[in-house]
Amino acid sequence: MDKVMSNKWVIALYVMPSLLLIMGIIYIPIVLTGYYGLNEWNGIGSMTFVGLDNYRHLLKDTAFWQSAGHSLLLALFSGISLIGYLGIALVLSGRIKGANLLRKIYLIPMLLSSVAIAQLWLKIYHPTNGVLNSLLTSLGVENPPSWLAEPSLVLTALFIPIVWQYAGFYILIYYAALKNIPESLMEAARIDGANPWQIAVRIRLPLMSEVIKVTVVLSVVGSLKYFDLIYVMTDGGPNGASEVMASYMYKQAFRSFDFGYGSAAGFFLLLICLVATYLIRKATASKETIQYS
Amino acid sequence: MRTEAVIGAPPGRQYPGRLLLHKFGYTVMYIALAAVALVQILPLVWLLIFSLKNNQEVFGMAPFAIPAHPHWSNYVTVWSSGNIGRYFVNSVWITAVSLVCTVLLASFVTFAVTRMKWKGSSLVLGLFMVGLMIPVHSTLIPLFSMFNKLHLTDNPLSIILSYVAFNLPTTIMILLGFYYALPKEVEEAAIIDGCSVNILFFRIVLPMTSSVLATTAIINMIYNWNEFIFVNTFISSDKYKTLTVGVQNFIGQYTTDWGAIGATLVISILPILLVFVVMSERIVEGIAAGSVKG
Repeated sequence: MDKVMSNKWVIALYVMPSLLLIMGIIYIPIVLTGYYGLNEWNGIGSMTFVGLDNYRHLLKDTAFWQSAGHSLLLALFSGISLIGYLGIALVLSGRIKGANLLRKIYLIPMLLSSVAIAQLWLKIYHPTNGVLNSLLTSLGVENPPSWLAEPSLVLTALFIPIVWQYAGFYILIYYAALKNIPESLMEAARIDGANPWQIAVRIRLPLMSEVIKVTVVLSVVGSLKYFDLIYVMTDGGPNGASEVMASYMYKQAFRSFDFGYGSAAGFFLLLICLVATYLIRKATASKETIQYS
Repeated sequence: MRTEAVIGAPPGRQYPGRLLLHKFGYTVMYIALAAVALVQILPLVWLLIFSLKNNQEVFGMAPFAIPAHPHWSNYVTVWSSGNIGRYFVNSVWITAVSLVCTVLLASFVTFAVTRMKWKGSSLVLGLFMVGLMIPVHSTLIPLFSMFNKLHLTDNPLSIILSYVAFNLPTTIMILLGFYYALPKEVEEAAIIDGCSVNILFFRIVLPMTSSVLATTAIINMIYNWNEFIFVNTFISSDKYKTLTVGVQNFIGQYTTDWGAIGATLVISILPILLVFVVMSERIVEGIAAGSVKG
């Protein structure tokens, strides 16, 4: 048995293709990103080694820091909106008829491509014929704003479709975690006279703390590297008012053909994501894991 | 409610006020939940409606008014005039090839890691799991230049390889839980009977995991079908573009024809919605299981 199941050839055959693939497509490229960042390069010609110039320049680049600020704002906003999703999931996991159907309806936007969502919301926000301003006008609002063209509104206007896209996903995760908590625990608390609020805060939330941590990491890191919807809807505009780190990096490399500088920004993005993951994990690390069942 | 039933007296007689409050609370909750559902669904309803209108109707009628004579011709125009048909076919085959490769390769790795005995198995597994956290964008520039050197840009292989590599970690993660729970007795018996590892894997283990394979296949399908940035970066000619990028370019030409844009969008999201209607249970379960997608 052991001899058959530790056959080196078979193991190599099973593992090598996948291992080579993630090495070639994920790990080697992230190392190269860091290295390209040390060079002056237009993507086609030869590279010139410039040391830490690109990184130094990046640290002083106000346009980059502005985009990093937007990414951070998005991360903050996404993190806070988790509370809302948690609330909805708590309500949904009570004795609600049709909860199963509702959570499926909530999930639908998450299944659609970001491009389709972006194009749809471009139409929703259309200044004159979009459904939003049509409704506002019929409610008596004169001169409703042209949402995506106003520097002061554009970020908020972009957050809404992002929430729309991901709400169902987080509600679903929370709902699944809540359904995993044994009913007997809640029953016992009820007999002891706990009200629904106490049951939620004292019993259900602590039991799903692991899931909550995972979703915080997911939403924060997901926001820090967010790209698709913003790229299609505003392309960072107007005048950089909705630029985020990933779109800034993309533009530097594939529009200005400054691959060295773009790589430096890409490497920075990677570091920020890894550091954010580490910090959140560390900040939420509990000394003891709660196990009631 | 149940606790009071345990104590004895029917709740209604003992606390009429509380019951009323309870009912009121439930009504408020239902209204709130239904409102969220409406917000999630109404933009898509509006999309469907304006895809059946011509511009006069879009600009003149109320947003949610259904036109008396729906312009199904918008769909015919869009399908026959552009490359939407070709993008659609590309999306189908690229999604299918990538997901078959991912699910098969991930099964190989998961089997080797959970079932076979070798040094370094936990290290290898760790490499796949860390891969979950790497942002796609940080690999984009080197991947582009690598594919360029290998003459793989503007070649579907570049996006298939990228899809497989970036979906392997999630797929392995979903499979792991299932493999750990599989009973080992069947395999032991098979080996004792002289079965080789390959036959064991293909004839016994793979069929036993068919339900979780379906789940991972659906998750892969959704990600591949909707992927944008790799296609947008690596593919330049129309003959290899998939729907996401194709739709994006196509809409660029039709900026003023709302009906055509609506019809294009509906065509691009319809396959996923149909799959969802048929297999929603499995999709819900798969997304909950694969929630650590980076």
